[in-house]
Amino acid sequence: MKTNSTVVTREVKLTKGRSSKLLKYWDLYLMLLPAVILILLFKYIPMYGVIIAFKDYNFMEGVWGSEWVGFQYFRELFSFDEFPRVVRNTVIISLMKLLVGFPIPIILALLLNELKLDKFKRMVQTITYLPHFISWVIIGGLAIDMLSPSSGIINRIIEMLGFQPIFFMSDEGIFRWILVGSDIWKEAGWGAIIYLAALLGINDELYQAATVDGANRFRQIWHISLPGLKSTIIIILLLRIGYILDAGFEQVLVMYNPTVYDVADIIDTYVFRVGLGSMQFGLTTAAGLFKSVIGCVLLVLANVFARRMGEEGIF
Amino acid sequence: MRIIRKESIFNYVNVILLSLLSIATVVPLIHIVAKSLSSETYLLAKEIWLWPKGFNVASYEYVLSYKQFYISFWNSMIITVVGTAISMAVTTLAAFALSRKNFPSKRGFMLFFVITMFFSGGLIPTYLVVKQLELLNTLWSIMLPMALAPFNLILIRNYFLSLPEALEESAIMDGASNLRVLAWIYLPLSIPTIATIAMFYAVGYWNSFFQAMMYITDRGLMPLQVFLMQIVTNSKTGDMTTGGVLSELTPESTTAAAIICVVFPILCVYPFIQKYFVKGVMLGAVKG
Repeated sequence: MKTNSTVVTREVKLTKGRSSKLLKYWDLYLMLLPAVILILLFKYIPMYGVIIAFKDYNFMEGVWGSEWVGFQYFRELFSFDEFPRVVRNTVIISLMKLLVGFPIPIILALLLNELKLDKFKRMVQTITYLPHFISWVIIGGLAIDMLSPSSGIINRIIEMLGFQPIFFMSDEGIFRWILVGSDIWKEAGWGAIIYLAALLGINDELYQAATVDGANRFRQIWHISLPGLKSTIIIILLLRIGYILDAGFEQVLVMYNPTVYDVADIIDTYVFRVGLGSMQFGLTTAAGLFKSVIGCVLLVLANVFARRMGEEGIF
Repeated sequence: MRIIRKESIFNYVNVILLSLLSIATVVPLIHIVAKSLSSETYLLAKEIWLWPKGFNVASYEYVLSYKQFYISFWNSMIITVVGTAISMAVTTLAAFALSRKNFPSKRGFMLFFVITMFFSGGLIPTYLVVKQLELLNTLWSIMLPMALAPFNLILIRNYFLSLPEALEESAIMDGASNLRVLAWIYLPLSIPTIATIAMFYAVGYWNSFFQAMMYITDRGLMPLQVFLMQIVTNSKTGDMTTGGVLSELTPESTTAAAIICVVFPILCVYPFIQKYFVKGVMLGAVKG
């Protein structure tokens, strides 16, 4: 039956043209229609809309009618300190999150994998996955509350130890670490899922053989678990590098304040604040386009590297 | 003998490490619950750790006395329920079409969706589209632009592809339409995956924040996250921020109570759904 039907489809393909294909699969096209319309409207039309990065946009003339200005906005962006600083902040915050945050889910997965107590394991998983589902507004609220110099629990401890309270949220030296720390708190547990899945795929006999050979748990982790995780680690690392210009829009938006703009303002928050706040549509679309183009190149490169290393690629 | 002792030391250290990690995860939440249930005198004296002192629920009464809380809660509920329903309908239908092995255009359509994961027009052009469609200051402005996440589409499609073809053969021989095959054969077999993706969408809608900051200025349509953000900023800076709903400085316990009120729905749903999602994500991750 199966071979029969494929033969039939092939014949249809050969003998009839495009319109009959549409007719034959009309119901499948209809199923795709809502998704295609949504993506066209809210993803592809904005892609066309990026041409206002090269135009003096005004509402009356619209995207097409506004006057061309060439690369004026890009020159403007890079002639002031502000935008280069914003790009630098984006990369620095992302790299800090990557360096500190990347190994933690791996370690968590390895530790969970070594647990023999199933109930305890499930409890730890349930608890550590939870913050992934909590919004940045709430986490921002928690952070502001706990780190407050007048009433926060952290400064209470600092005072009890005999030190002066620290103004965490307005300290330029500390603020980025708060971003890193809260990001780890939110995502480390959830990030471990994918590694746990990979660990489940490792053949149990390898561990049994290693135990017979007298390898202790650290050597088992080093020689069996970690090599088993290698391809997952590479893919996730490449993916993170591909998204390096996404330093955490909502997180920064919720947590930053004017006193730390110098170290915390990232491309997305800059576009949001200057674009919508001061209605500088052309300039900030140029900033957004700069981010999208570099991000796209990085993602494509990441994908190519993943494939070259014999992995399946990200998408 | 020595190996066994080392083994048990490893196990103890492991359990201790993981316990500390779990504690670090829940302590901030417990602390905020304790604060929300404490009286202002103990809060000012900074005597609240993990257990409330001067137990009372005045702060919750205070939060629940804001008319804006109910308006915002209602808005967030609508966004979440209607948004998730739309998202699931659109995503599942598209995923099913793209999982049909003899559908000739599936590669082209996949590319059409995947490209949007690599390149985006950015914040401002999207804003202008929403404005042009006259969706500003409607709840649609939050639901429609995020209604279809290509990643979720791929997860569901991959799961559909992993189901054995033999299942549907008899149905097709009986002349069942594609829609019937989806509704009667695929969906009942995909409940863990569908539930997981629905939860991803629902949490995304409930937690959505910057979209509302961008598209909605009307207080009658303000969702809960934006309302909470105003309470949080208000409690620290007074009403210096523009567009504040509240005139007086918010007491600390009220901020704490507001945080709990907003996170509560998530905490309620989470235990029921969390047994599904690990399984759901794993199955979806199988490459088709």
